[in-house]
Amino acid sequence: MNLSIKISAPTSFSQLNPTTEQNGQYAIEARNLSIFYGSFRAVKDVNMLVEAQKITAMIGPSGCGKSTVLRAFNRMNDLIPSAKTEGEVLFHGQNIYGADIDPVEVRRHVGMVFQKPNPFPKSIYENIAWGVRINGFRGSRSELDALVEESLVRAALWDEVKDKLDQSGLSLSGGQQQRLCIARAIAVKPDIILMDEPCSALDPIATLKIEELMRELSKDYTIIIVTHNMQQAARVSDYTAFFTLDENRAGFLMEFGSTTQIFTNPKERVTEDYITGRFG
Amino acid sequence: MKMSDTTSMPQKTSDLGHGSSNLPARHRIGRIWQTIYFLSTLFGIIILTILLLDIINDSFGYVAITSKVNELTLTESGAPLEDISKEELIIVLEKNLRPNRLKTIIQEKPLEERDTTDLLSIATKEVVQPKVVAVWGLADSIFRKNEIPIQATEIAIQKKIDPATVQIRFVSWLDDDFVTSPQSSDALYAGVRTAMLGSIYVILFTILVAFPIGIGAAIYLQEYASSNWINRLIQTNINNLAGVPSIIYGMLGLAIFVRSLSALTSGAIVNYPNADPNNGRTILSAGLTMALLVLPVIIINAQEAIKAVPNSLREAAYGVGATQWQTVWHHVLPSALPGILTGAILATSRAMGETAPLIIVGASTFITFDPDGIFSKFTVLPIQVYQWTSRPQPEFRAIAAAAILVLLALLLTLNATAILLRNRFSRRLP
Amino acid sequence: MSTTYTKTISGSDAFTPDREIDLRRHRRLGESITQAILFACGMISILTTIGIVIVLLQESSHFFASPDVSLIEFFTGRMWQPQIGAFGIWPLLNSTIMTTTFAMLVAIPIGLAVAIYLSEYAHERARKVVKPTLEVLAGIPTVVYGYFALTWFTPLLRGVFGNDRVQIYNTLSAGLVMGVLILPLIATMCEDALHAVPRSLREAAYGLGATKLETSVKIVLPAATSGIAAAIILGISRAIGETMIVAIAAGAGPNFTFNPFKGAETITGHIVRISGGDLSFESIDYNSLFALALVLFLITLALNLLSQRIVAKFREEYE
Repeated sequence: MNLSIKISAPTSFSQLNPTTEQNGQYAIEARNLSIFYGSFRAVKDVNMLVEAQKITAMIGPSGCGKSTVLRAFNRMNDLIPSAKTEGEVLFHGQNIYGADIDPVEVRRHVGMVFQKPNPFPKSIYENIAWGVRINGFRGSRSELDALVEESLVRAALWDEVKDKLDQSGLSLSGGQQQRLCIARAIAVKPDIILMDEPCSALDPIATLKIEELMRELSKDYTIIIVTHNMQQAARVSDYTAFFTLDENRAGFLMEFGSTTQIFTNPKERVTEDYITGRFG
Repeated sequence: MKMSDTTSMPQKTSDLGHGSSNLPARHRIGRIWQTIYFLSTLFGIIILTILLLDIINDSFGYVAITSKVNELTLTESGAPLEDISKEELIIVLEKNLRPNRLKTIIQEKPLEERDTTDLLSIATKEVVQPKVVAVWGLADSIFRKNEIPIQATEIAIQKKIDPATVQIRFVSWLDDDFVTSPQSSDALYAGVRTAMLGSIYVILFTILVAFPIGIGAAIYLQEYASSNWINRLIQTNINNLAGVPSIIYGMLGLAIFVRSLSALTSGAIVNYPNADPNNGRTILSAGLTMALLVLPVIIINAQEAIKAVPNSLREAAYGVGATQWQTVWHHVLPSALPGILTGAILATSRAMGETAPLIIVGASTFITFDPDGIFSKFTVLPIQVYQWTSRPQPEFRAIAAAAILVLLALLLTLNATAILLRNRFSRRLP
Repeated sequence: MSTTYTKTISGSDAFTPDREIDLRRHRRLGESITQAILFACGMISILTTIGIVIVLLQESSHFFASPDVSLIEFFTGRMWQPQIGAFGIWPLLNSTIMTTTFAMLVAIPIGLAVAIYLSEYAHERARKVVKPTLEVLAGIPTVVYGYFALTWFTPLLRGVFGNDRVQIYNTLSAGLVMGVLILPLIATMCEDALHAVPRSLREAAYGLGATKLETSVKIVLPAATSGIAAAIILGISRAIGETMIVAIAAGAGPNFTFNPFKGAETITGHIVRISGGDLSFESIDYNSLFALALVLFLITLALNLLSQRIVAKFREEYE
């Protein structure tokens, strides 16, 4: 892993050549991203380049806007009426906040796993098949079966549920529900999977399973994870973005680099304080 | 309760030096008022009990009846009409009816082709011609049974009726005949069949119109509407409409549906037989009026139910790339449906008891035929109750009470349906 | 950096995401049509209001345009007799005010007492009995209350005060029974208002050694004043618009009287009785009903808006 050399400069991303995206190495990029709730500026001027097929962790004290930034990557903030976004988020060369962009189309390529497991109140099978169907799946029933199985296998859930696919998704344990949500997300074959504190509602064993799963999935997917748990960020991620608050309580990206660098050799004093537990 | 106990620590307060002696008095007043509050709460239960008992009391009891002809004299055997054969009934009719009347009846349908029940009812109505002299309630019929014959004689004499012709018998005003017979100007034979069918037709049509529109409007307001002036106006407007007296909706229905749109609502436009194009007093007009009346309540209830669907469900759907309508149709609506349906059915059951708007829209006509479609003239149960209650004769009070029992039974059925639906759906949803 | 962006995903060929990603908005005709339909559903409520206002204004204007009617007479006249061309609203309005007053005499004290009991005293078990009872009371058709007033309560009044003093139709019986109908509304709304008073306020009173009664009457009740006021105003509005009880039990003819034992027709009762008869659409009687309905509409609308305004203010105070 020699990536730390490439992306180690904190915050000043303008020096990075944005054309690297065309090399197919970057999955998504935020440019001068600011997010407002009403007149309150929750996030200011975030610049961030997320590398493809890697795990990028977003950490920081609570209220620093990391979840807000994450939700900005698939326009989930559109669901909050007062939320307003400025700046750009580039995905495949298109600004997803452009006037002619369809947020539904964006979400089809940028999937999401939420803090609290939220399976649909439907069968395990339907939980996965629904997303596939609404995304225009035209195959036969057996092809759909295969796709459901594949997704569950990849989410490391197949062995536990293969005999009860028609049972409600809500009958599963918390950890299983969260893996079901991951299976549901990968079934529609997105490019990126956003994970908003996916383990915060789970016990340590379930957490471990999800973390292993993330490592496995990162071979094929770009994963961006928001976590409160610094050990988790250190364990699973390739890159770490540290967010914090300014004096106006607006969140901003303090430091961004390879996880090794952030945790062993942070450039900023604030980052070091946070990581060593002196603040937050 | 705990709190008030801690305040009663006399030694402590006396230590403070200023008059703890008032504390027992304060507690006494407290207890008195608590009793008053409690009795007030009982008041509702008591009134409800009295109301139901009053209605049941009026629905059953003894009646004194006088007849033009003593039915026992009609046959040679002296048997009551109920016990004789079809052939004997035909003979009774042929002997006792005026020839003209007999001819009309035979023209309608020959006597031989009619069944015994039909013949019996003709014989009773046209030959025996019973008339109610006096009516007693259920309580009197049970507890003062002995006084009833004496009272009956007194009343008969007062009304200048020969007491010898007066028969006393126990009547259940609410029986299967009452439910299956059409309206009649004679309380003894009147039934609620026409009105019941009218109520059911109107309510079904109301549901057909109001449910989809109400649920649609609720979805729009909860899921689609951004906070701009037009959507705020819609919301405020709905809240206000819910408080408009029902009689105003009746005026609206009268002016718009019955008058302005009469060509449509009378059925003249589709050549409905006997439609008067200037008079839209039909089930269609009534149903539309009722739909407008219940819409605000249905919308408000449905909004509450949709509001209760957790946001995480919407996020889950959007997260896999669902469109707004896919999210609403596949997830929000199924989750909210039990609540929506319960609220909507409860609102509709309120409409079923509504009387004023339908009187104004014109259900007041006396009709004896069953409604046969949306362009049919009609009457409904509450209006039947109103009309019978307004009659001074006690026998009409009695059938009004019986009709109220039918109405309450229908309402109970509707409410029970709402509860069953809710339970069934919520069982299906984990 | 050995990874390349184009990843290989094993599995079904039937669903291979297009690698040439186009995020541009494409027409979703179904979505737009659905949204338009839903919006139309919401607009029906606006149309209803517009319809009510237009209908009432239009027909009333015909009424007031008639040479037999003057606006001044309408609002000041003490006689309503369409057959002789007397159109003074006061007999009807006076009777409406009287029945409403009697209803509130029952509904306000008892409703408030029920609310205090439920909110401050009642155990869960008592609430489980009382709440459904109130719902049933509120759900009984008003025509049934009318029957009850005429066949049970009026005879009771006549028994107590004498048959010659109390007429068969009278505003007192109709009004008091209407109070039972309004009672659940006032009780539930007041209970909500009392419930919204923060616990800390009660604890403060208890902390000073107040009894339960003193706390609930002197602290909680005043704190919930605006919520209670809103409930009462809404109750009044409901009583003014209530029709069937007064149509059955209050009287079958306009009568300007302050005697509660005498029959007198209310605005709503008059509208129902006249429209229930054979009414010609071109007559002044027909138009006069709309003028009465307009008055009724304006009064109830004003009261409802006032009540809503107070509730909104109350919410601001405590939420």
